[in-house]
Amino acid sequence: MSEQLKVPTMAEYTAQGKQPEVLFWVGCAGSFDDRAKKITKAFVKILNKANVDFAVLGAEESCTGDPAKRAGNEFLFQMQAVTNIEVLNAYEIKTIVTTCPHCFNTLKNEYPSLGGNYDVLHHTQFLRNLLKEGRLTIEGGQFKGKRITFHDPCYLGRANNVYEAPRELIQKLDAELIEMKSCKSRGLCCGAGGAQMFKDAEPGNKEVNIERTEQALETQPEIIAAGCPFCNTMMTDGVKNKEKEGKIAVMDVAELIANAEDL
Amino acid sequence: MMNYLPNLIFAVILVLGIGVFARNVQRLIRNIRLGKKVDASDNKAQRWKNMAKIALGQSKMVVRPIAGLLHIVVYVGFVIINIEVLEIILDGLFGTHRMFLEPLGPAVYGFLIGSFEILAVLVLVAVVFFWLRRNAIKLKRFLSAEMTGWPKNDGNIILYFEVVLMCLFLTMNATDMAFQELGSGNVVSQYIAGWFSGVDENTLHIIERSAWWLHIIGILIFLNYLYFSKHLHILLAFPNTYYGRLKPKGEFNNLEAVTKEVMMMMDPNADPFAASVDDNEDEPEKFGASDVMDLNSIQLLNAYTCTECGRCTSECPANQTGKKLSPRKIMMDTRDRLEEVGKILDSNKGEFVDDGKQLLGDYVSHEELWACTSCNACVEACPVSIDPLSIIMEMRRYLVMEQSAAPMELNNMMTNIENNGAPWPYNQMDRLNWANEK
Ligand code: SF4
Ligand code: SF4
Repeated sequence: MSEQLKVPTMAEYTAQGKQPEVLFWVGCAGSFDDRAKKITKAFVKILNKANVDFAVLGAEESCTGDPAKRAGNEFLFQMQAVTNIEVLNAYEIKTIVTTCPHCFNTLKNEYPSLGGNYDVLHHTQFLRNLLKEGRLTIEGGQFKGKRITFHDPCYLGRANNVYEAPRELIQKLDAELIEMKSCKSRGLCCGAGGAQMFKDAEPGNKEVNIERTEQALETQPEIIAAGCPFCNTMMTDGVKNKEKEGKIAVMDVAELIANAEDL
Repeated sequence: MMNYLPNLIFAVILVLGIGVFARNVQRLIRNIRLGKKVDASDNKAQRWKNMAKIALGQSKMVVRPIAGLLHIVVYVGFVIINIEVLEIILDGLFGTHRMFLEPLGPAVYGFLIGSFEILAVLVLVAVVFFWLRRNAIKLKRFLSAEMTGWPKNDGNIILYFEVVLMCLFLTMNATDMAFQELGSGNVVSQYIAGWFSGVDENTLHIIERSAWWLHIIGILIFLNYLYFSKHLHILLAFPNTYYGRLKPKGEFNNLEAVTKEVMMMMDPNADPFAASVDDNEDEPEKFGASDVMDLNSIQLLNAYTCTECGRCTSECPANQTGKKLSPRKIMMDTRDRLEEVGKILDSNKGEFVDDGKQLLGDYVSHEELWACTSCNACVEACPVSIDPLSIIMEMRRYLVMEQSAAPMELNNMMTNIENNGAPWPYNQMDRLNWANEK
């Protein structure tokens, strides 16, 4: 459990004249947010366990520019994008995996026309591939038979039509996957996207995350699974607001797998 | 000469009806062209496929099965019954009566008209349901703020229109003695004919003729009503789904004008004077949109296509939680403002004269724009491939890049990204600290 994480940087790899199989793009939330850092570590534990040859950019990584772009600041976005692309291209990066659907969407869809062409995967897609290739095995362990509902992140689901990868992983845990009444392409937003994470909501009669948490609670879950650090925060706050934090855990799919494996 | 009078009157009415319609179409195209040009010449095969599936096949309508089914009935009924209009027009022009009967033969002709009659009844049934849904059952998406006044009346008027047209069609058949005697194809109208059993032949003939004339005049009026109605989607759903988004919904376009400037700033070898030469050539580019002319033509086509069904708004997280934002209202505002701009052009010989108004502020408030989570639920929900989110984003771009009018917290977030490469005030050098934290 307390085994030291192996997190090589691209700089170290290059110094040794090596190229990793994949670059792990950690993202701002994954680097700095206390809750999201746990997701980052859980994912690294799985990568270490599966002996994946990966590296991070470390201090050379910078915000993808997603929140700036969604806020309307195209200048700042493109400045960030061009800077990042310079770094990524200098390291000749081919494949990127990230635990953040916002980074995923931006890197995959919005970087190409600015000169950044990479094969970009969300971590749930990457883990599913590992599973398929037999490099990773998942057993239910503590999650066997547990009621788990999955909240679709907008930027993974609707934005990029990835609905199945996270679900396949949850099912591998021998858990009971229960869908909310609005799920997949009709899944309700957690309320964080479009730079909302960084500001107060406009006047209304409810917070979006409370509405979504209520939908999740209708399924009587033991765990609310998420695939995005921002959704995770929003749903965690929602569960706290409903005073259910003792009974219901909000966990990233990577954390589910890492915990099942007792990593 | 007297014998040709009806034909002549008919021809005049027809030319008038179609002429006014053509003028409306012209105005529509002119207004849509006020938008910026977009290149949508890519992926033709996929675009045709989308049009066939979404507009013709109504694939998005069945997400809500009851409304979807009823809508398909009205749509199919309406389109197919209009085949009959072709015969009416030819009859009217040549002074003939049911000119398709002879070449097709009673069996085929009867089958056709019989199907039309059944469809007419189905349309009537569906229309009653639609009316109840709109007026008696308090369906939330028909009660929003933007659905009062004209939009609400428009929704009902078209239903009454359809009732009248279908009834005229059935009456016309029921009172047509020759057609009833033929006994083929009068599947529905034979029962209605019974109601007229006491009426003498002459009166019957007058009723039949009146129904015939009113039917065709009704259709011409309907055609010209479209331009002012949400029912423009009957026509525009086709081009709109053709031009609909093909890229992943999460992909927002990268502004090329910005790319040029960014590349210039990043390139140490760039000639600083090259930029100013460029600037002299054309006006400095405006970033984002404050009015309809700043949007692109597809976005303006979107606005005219909107059916005001509210599927987008009912899926919108902001709207569901009581915020002012309604993606449907964004589309309706865009159309209203575009119409207003069009009227200015009409009354000033095609020149735009600033009326001191614009889409941003006068129609769409800042509060609405900042409530959007960019979740794409509206885009996903729209049955005719409209993208309200892209219009919201263009206006946010204007607010931020031209006016520096973002909410304070967002300015803080952006300052952080600028200074330390993260939306929070952490040092970029500390990005890997997590790896060594317990
Ligand atoms: S993208 Fe914006 S307008 Fe559309 S549904 Fe989501 S929050 Fe509402
Ligand atoms: S934008 Fe689409 S979903 Fe929204 S009201 Fe218009 S037609 Fe309906």
